[in-house]
Amino acid sequence: MSEIAVRVEGLGKRFRVARARRPTMLREALVEGLRAAGGRLAGRRAAAEEECFWALRDVSFEVPRGEAVGIVGGNGAGKSTLLKILSRITEPTEGDAWIHGRVGSLLEVGTGFHAELTGRENTYLNGAILGMKRAEIDRKFDEIVAFAGVERFIDTPVKHYSSGMYLRLAFAVAAHLEPEILVVDEVLAVGDAAFQKKCLGRMEDVAREGRTVLFVSHNMDAVQRLCSRCVLLDGGRVAAAGDSASVVARYLARGVGRHGAGAWIDLGAAGRSGSGEVRFLAARHLSPGRAAGGAAFPGGPLRFDLALHSDADREVGSLAVSLRTPGGTTLIDADILAKGETVALRAGRNELSIQIEDLPLNPGVYVAGLWAGHAFGAAYDHLESAFEVEVVPARVEGLDRVFTPGGGLVPCRFGVLTGGEGEAARRAAGGGGWSR
Amino acid sequence: MAVTTTDTPAEVTWIHASRGWSIPDLGELWRFRELLYFLVWRDVKVRYKQTALGAAWAILQPFATMLVFSLFFGRLARMPSDGVPYPVFAFAALVPWTFFANGLTLSTQSLVLSQNLLKKVYFPRLAIPLAAVLSGGVDLALAMGVLAGMLAFYGIAPGAEALWIVPLLLLALATSLGVGLWLSALNVRYRDVGYVVPFLVQLWLFATPIAYPSSLLAEPWRTVYGINPMVGVVEGFRWALLGTGAAPGGALALSSLAAAALLVGGAFHFRRLERTFADVV
Repeated sequence: MSEIAVRVEGLGKRFRVARARRPTMLREALVEGLRAAGGRLAGRRAAAEEECFWALRDVSFEVPRGEAVGIVGGNGAGKSTLLKILSRITEPTEGDAWIHGRVGSLLEVGTGFHAELTGRENTYLNGAILGMKRAEIDRKFDEIVAFAGVERFIDTPVKHYSSGMYLRLAFAVAAHLEPEILVVDEVLAVGDAAFQKKCLGRMEDVAREGRTVLFVSHNMDAVQRLCSRCVLLDGGRVAAAGDSASVVARYLARGVGRHGAGAWIDLGAAGRSGSGEVRFLAARHLSPGRAAGGAAFPGGPLRFDLALHSDADREVGSLAVSLRTPGGTTLIDADILAKGETVALRAGRNELSIQIEDLPLNPGVYVAGLWAGHAFGAAYDHLESAFEVEVVPARVEGLDRVFTPGGGLVPCRFGVLTGGEGEAARRAAGGGGWSR
Repeated sequence: MAVTTTDTPAEVTWIHASRGWSIPDLGELWRFRELLYFLVWRDVKVRYKQTALGAAWAILQPFATMLVFSLFFGRLARMPSDGVPYPVFAFAALVPWTFFANGLTLSTQSLVLSQNLLKKVYFPRLAIPLAAVLSGGVDLALAMGVLAGMLAFYGIAPGAEALWIVPLLLLALATSLGVGLWLSALNVRYRDVGYVVPFLVQLWLFATPIAYPSSLLAEPWRTVYGINPMVGVVEGFRWALLGTGAAPGGALALSSLAAAALLVGGAFHFRRLERTFADVV
């Protein structure tokens, strides 16, 4: 029995983007073919197809048996191409890969589901497509249906299913695939939060069972939880490989530049309201600690550098940076008004900074808003959605400053009560403690 | 790509670039026979879902064609029919023809219709057009039932030659699949193929002795006519079931050769293009 489950050596995949368009109509192909043949007769060489694009190049790595390895990288880094090659959906242009064991790949849930067929029929069809034997599906059928929670509708065509039921059944079939090597791509990016959590839990089980897993995801939290090691792809090449925390940190450090941490963002075109006597020109945000590439992290400091234009010298009584969820819930409103301070602006360009010391936000993307106005009055300038701020996990590079066992960051006063009323209340609540 | 059959951890898959022509991997297809079964089953199940007439369509198509042929060729044009009543003469040919033509049409479209599978899951691609052709088997069985009824109606009792319809149907299947492999693989890159097929089927219908007997031709030509594999199938059917004259031996042999050439060529062509399906479709 081999110690290595997957060995990849010098793998490359080239796509042709030559001649802007390749003939997709037979007539064009015939004409092109004749022209090329004519050219060859006349001693000319066909126009070299120099427009080649390597989606993957010189990729080498090994996955030991029983290990879960994450593949991370930005869009177009070659992750999906790599998984497609390892799943044998497409062939590499060069290089080799050896896979020791039965592979099951999940590049999508519900592949091959047919709307007209019932849940039962689709379970069998999808199972067979994913590589399960009929006897195996027979054996697991009840379990699959129970996992999906669609017992009542199992003989209803899936076109009548809600999208949630459809996804649950699709994932349930996939989740019962038991290959020696599991290849998973972005499957978690579907469904609501609760469903994703369930899926993730199942994936963790699979990884813990000692199966070899290759996992591609944009969800850095999931990658870190599932995978001990990661491979970072960038532009089709391996940019880093090693333990998950350091590879994810490198990936995020790359991503930060794109999300604009540390870079000035021009606000000239931003949607705004207000009198315009003061205008925000540009802004940037960064975490003064060098770690994580200057990106904001939970519990860390976050500084906003602001450039403003004022049409006259004036005292501004209210200047604020707010952060809210993409859903619109305001979480932070750092307003100098709350501190009773004022800011003096000169006519022309001014620069100043607002710094939040202990950012009480979980990892995620937030929308920053900017406000300048009279104290208790009208706005000079108000940008409801100025730019986005990405908060990255503090776990990277051991930045954990705030003890947040469950990930919650909102401080609250609490204590443990024993005896008397507290005991009674605790028992009534089910006798539980905290699970963590 | 080499794969061993066992499920032991010793199973090794070697992934590499394959070049040029290679032999279609029938062993791999055999290992995926359950998937093939499910694909056929799906096609059969889905075909007549949400149709008012359901499986009656399987019979309606050849039957209506038979009625039209009987009226125009049999009655008005007084087409000779080798001494058997014209309706059963035409229908005996239309049954294998419909199987062939539907198989050809469905398999040509099959890869494009399954592009989601091509892009997301690995399995031998050959299973898709093969399943499309095989799914016509149910329609064929129903039409065969109607044909049996017509034989009884006209008082025709076939002898032991009737057993020949089994290899003859295999010949129709091989022809249908052979052409289907060529066209389905081409259709992945050039969607024009989809538009060519109805036209091709129509021309082929008239190039096959369905509305007329091949006995209209004089002898070396009657045998040479067998280069169209469906000539062997159709004339074989009539001989086996209706007892029309002598066995079409020469034509049938030629038809078998032509079908084999189509099938083998198609399989190699398919194998050559199959590695680019996921990238091109």
